[in-house]
Amino acid sequence: MQERKVDSVMDKETLLALEQTALRIRRGIIEGVYNARCGHPGGSLSIADIMAYLYTKELRIDPKNPKDENRDRFVLSKGHTAPALYAALAERGYFDVEELKTLRKIDSRLQGHPDMKHIPGVDMTTGSLGLGISAACGMALVGKTENKDFRVYTIVGDGESEEGQVWEAAMFAAHYKLSNLCAIIDFNGLQIDGTVQEVMNPTPHDKKLEAFGWNVIVIDGHSFEEIEAAFAKAKACTDRPTAIIAKTVKGKGVSFMENQVGWHGKAPNEEEYKLAMQELN
Amino acid sequence: MEKKATRESYGAALAALGEKYDFYVLDADLAAATKTSMFAKKFPERFFDCGIAEGNMISTAAGIAAAGKSVFASSFAMFAAGRAFEQIRNSIGYPHLNVKIGATHAGITVGEDGATHQCNEDIALMRTIPGMVILNPADDVEATAAVEAALLYEGPVYLRFGRYAVPIINGEGYKFEIGKGVTLREGKDVTLVATGLMVHLALEAAEMLEKEGISARVLNIHTIKPLDDALLIKAAKETGAIVTAEEHSVIGGLGSAVAETTSAVCPVPVLRVGVEDTYGRSGTVPALLEAYGLTAKSIYEKAKAALALKK
Repeated sequence: MQERKVDSVMDKETLLALEQTALRIRRGIIEGVYNARCGHPGGSLSIADIMAYLYTKELRIDPKNPKDENRDRFVLSKGHTAPALYAALAERGYFDVEELKTLRKIDSRLQGHPDMKHIPGVDMTTGSLGLGISAACGMALVGKTENKDFRVYTIVGDGESEEGQVWEAAMFAAHYKLSNLCAIIDFNGLQIDGTVQEVMNPTPHDKKLEAFGWNVIVIDGHSFEEIEAAFAKAKACTDRPTAIIAKTVKGKGVSFMENQVGWHGKAPNEEEYKLAMQELN
Repeated sequence: MEKKATRESYGAALAALGEKYDFYVLDADLAAATKTSMFAKKFPERFFDCGIAEGNMISTAAGIAAAGKSVFASSFAMFAAGRAFEQIRNSIGYPHLNVKIGATHAGITVGEDGATHQCNEDIALMRTIPGMVILNPADDVEATAAVEAALLYEGPVYLRFGRYAVPIINGEGYKFEIGKGVTLREGKDVTLVATGLMVHLALEAAEMLEKEGISARVLNIHTIKPLDDALLIKAAKETGAIVTAEEHSVIGGLGSAVAETTSAVCPVPVLRVGVEDTYGRSGTVPALLEAYGLTAKSIYEKAKAALALKK
């Protein structure tokens, strides 16, 4: 396993900008879930920093040309955290931030889970756990076979990794040496019925993925410096797929949601909404 | 009459089309049996074995299509439509991706492998997926044409092929069109609506009926979805009685589809020949066809029963 260490020191300006982006994404998550009166804030907030980095620094994408065949792809395998994806897409300019308030409403294109047919910037329809990482493998396979230089990123939940298909995909990606594939495991430690260790322990992800033939990097998923360094290492690895195991806090950024199983799939009431938005200012 | 298994036609068609078109083929460790090995041999750089992991294969195919490549994903019907139903529904059907599912060893004619491998439920499963096209060719000529039609069609297609060699009933000039049934024989007293390997048996049954002065129309419905409603409603109106025949459960397949369509517009007796609500078992194919009533005689008898129900 690669050592957990920071290679680059980010300048203050960049760091500040990323922090502001992540805050806006978090506000977008809360705004969407609050207006929908339902949804999944906990796991959306845990990936907000990674999404901020991906959508402002990492992904080679163009909101004006969302179907560009040479674009980098992103697959949110843990599709229930769509509010984070929608907020990141709005932040990047794929649609207006105001639209986040239509999340989950009848006639809104912002479905409860990502819908590639109707939302610009969504590269794969997801929501049924375990399926997204396989689709990401298919995209990476095309890139590799056709000698394209696009990269494919996917975020998989730690609970999601209890799905057998995640490991079928892990086998496939290593077998075909999909070095253009980078899977981020959002290790927030909680799933609907309790902690991942209590419900159906899927750990240790690092040893398992290494045994499957992956390049594994473990980071703090809320440190932009570590996120940046991990993506750089992933790109430098040319013979294997990379897994970034991101240790995160479910509900990160909203004090009363942090590390609370109950906030996996529940919307804040008006009072909680106001408090959350205050904390995210 | 010359015979050939439609899985052979599938493999040969893929290998031939590979010369002309750019597409990928996936298999799940059954290439030797599904005959995708014929494509793999010619185009190894476009063939990917996914191992014994059908769910991953189907969702991977979705990703390949999402990245702009046409792709065939192959396995036995049981493991494609059965094992990977939810992957087909959510990864391919819902986003309407351009994936072709080549499902071989469908139905009871798998033979000696027995019930675990005899998939009599795949058409029923696939029919419930919005936007899915279902092709069930009757012979080598039709299967070859169906593979090309599926490739040229933009969207998800489920192709159903058999392990067992079946008579080649279509000639060289045969024209295949997705969604268009074929009238193989005109008739006015009853219509025999068949699909897949039951088509040639329906023709035999029509001969048997003719000897008794009964005029039977024979329709080959190679596309189960979208169904050729117009052709079926016309048959219901003109002949007043229908018998369906399929190598599939009598629940949810061609028989159900025909009954659903005709009952809404022109209700006539629709009697179904197919595998009754039961599992298969090991045996030689002729013995199995006989044991499960997938014979010309069954179609003939159901036709007589349908005529008796006719007003």
